Amino acid sequence: MPAAADAVAAVKARWPGVTDRPSLDHPAVNVPPADLLAVLGSLQSAHGFDMLTDVCGVDWSAEANPRFTVVYHLFSTTTHDYLRIAAACADATLPEMPSATALWPAADWHEREAYDMYGIRFTGHPDLRRILMWDGYPYFPLRKDFPLAGMETELPDAEVAAETKVGTIAAPMAGGPFVASAGEINLTDAEPRAKDESWTEKRPKPGT
Amino acid sequence: MVSASTDLAYNSKIEGEVIVSRADAVINWIRSSSMWPMPMGLACCAIELMATAASRFDIARFGAEVMRFSPKQSDVMIVAGTVTYKMASPLRRIYDQMSDPKWVIAMGACASTGGMYRSYAVLQGVDRIVPVDVYVSGCPPRPEALLDALIKLQGKVKREPSAGKLLSA
Repeated sequence: MPAAADAVAAVKARWPGVTDRPSLDHPAVNVPPADLLAVLGSLQSAHGFDMLTDVCGVDWSAEANPRFTVVYHLFSTTTHDYLRIAAACADATLPEMPSATALWPAADWHEREAYDMYGIRFTGHPDLRRILMWDGYPYFPLRKDFPLAGMETELPDAEVAAETKVGTIAAPMAGGPFVASAGEINLTDAEPRAKDESWTEKRPKPGT
Repeated sequence: MVSASTDLAYNSKIEGEVIVSRADAVINWIRSSSMWPMPMGLACCAIELMATAASRFDIARFGAEVMRFSPKQSDVMIVAGTVTYKMASPLRRIYDQMSDPKWVIAMGACASTGGMYRSYAVLQGVDRIVPVDVYVSGCPPRPEALLDALIKLQGKVKREPSAGKLLSA
């Protein structure tokens, strides 16, 4: 029996709230947020999952409940097993999750990114600031209700903004989004381009 | 064998130690012959910029080989790559720190228009925050295209009324 399955069985026996999660590749479980740190700590200390390879957020949709999920990918450097842990945030408007930084320092920047992109607050995080967007940016860009093109805000630097009178704008999509064609052999055809050039911001999409 | 005729060149025996020219021509000749770039390498275009400076394409042939990382010593900012909104402010500050006269080349689709990044995070063309003299198409442009942009910029510099600007400044 692989170590990951052992670990899953042990964790499920000890924490009844832990349930199996459909997965195409590695073993995966859902964990209630209240048990999360205890489960992660047990996997780290008792089951050899000593490496945290990723922490990411998911926004299922603006209407979904639970709306936000945090996914942890653990790896064991002794048995070379992966294990996926998912924990759903209870609150859709102010999503919160306990921080795993005390267990793995690697969680620090991953959690900052999840906070930056989804607005999930990691309680107990030593330095929860934005990591990709600038401090003071008012939106969480990977949320489903945020448009890909962006929204108008001010530039991070007030002096430059005052001198250039420029802010961030909703990027012109002009028939986009610009996407690559998967599986296309001809590089000219494969390169990212607008798939529907019948419309632009000035010329509405036909039939709408 | 080198031709003995020097009639078309400057002949100090005939004309003495004096050269007659226009101030504009002299100033613009000096400026265009040694344009020191500020390499604003922000993405993959910077790799082509490095290739342009390296031995095969050799930007030194056009007097622009002295890449200066101090804005005070550079003449032309080559914006090579995707300008994010977060990077836009440092870019503008570096441009402000460059001493006059100064020029800007927007190298590649991203610097010129935002390119394929129609995104919340990317400045849609560096000409929104700095005045651009030459745009180079391509994703990324080949080194020859950047050299062509440099030559075009030199042509533009040679047409500038530099003496008048200096006198009125």
